[in-house]
Amino acid sequence: MAVRIQSDDFDVGAELMALGGGNTAIGGIASFVGLVRDIAGGEAVSAMTLEHYPGMTERKLAEIEAEARRRWPLQDALIVHRYGRLRPGDRIVLVAAASAHREAAFQACHFLIDWLKTRAPFWKQEDTPDGPRWVGAAADDDTAAARWVTPDAE
Amino acid sequence: MKLLYFAWIRTKIGIAEEDVSPPAGVDDVAGLIAWLKGRGPRYEAALANEAVVKVAVNQEFAPPTHPVRPDDEVALFPPVTGG
Repeated sequence: MAVRIQSDDFDVGAELMALGGGNTAIGGIASFVGLVRDIAGGEAVSAMTLEHYPGMTERKLAEIEAEARRRWPLQDALIVHRYGRLRPGDRIVLVAAASAHREAAFQACHFLIDWLKTRAPFWKQEDTPDGPRWVGAAADDDTAAARWVTPDAE
Repeated sequence: MKLLYFAWIRTKIGIAEEDVSPPAGVDDVAGLIAWLKGRGPRYEAALANEAVVKVAVNQEFAPPTHPVRPDDEVALFPPVTGG
């Protein structure tokens, strides 16, 4: 189990190969990689700057990962999130979940990214032809996260 | 009390952090925001729409009724947009 916040890029293949550390009880790993798009809200995006709250970010990501582990039988999980200035096509985030069976891995991976989007203190600013623009929270993200809310978890 | 500002709340207020000593009676998140809004037009503009001002006290999300104390770290920021 690990969470990392870094400005540097990450190697998706190397991260997934390292996940589980040779634990042969793992039957499958599900992963999601988020990338910087070159268009948002109909406007061209030439770069994106990610800001975060050092300290609280690590704490929230660890909580999110612990919650995934509480809900699904995971052998391992990983969250890597970048900050700083990124370009279209750059990787932003990697989440991965390893379990004996695929269903838990898929569900936990989906949960990790949905909860991260609504609970981890990151903010995106996009460079557009009209100048820099802070990205607003998407109602879709709240809806996506809401599906994972259970009466005993909130 | 240590205050931290992030994203457009930081740019609107014009600083990333500051140490403040609110008067007695400012003892919860709602009271702190109301007091900050009275500190000048930059604060008033940054905090005008309280529906999009999120608060963390000592790095945990906190509702308007959450208490604030002199040695707390209080962060104000817009809704998060990571991932």
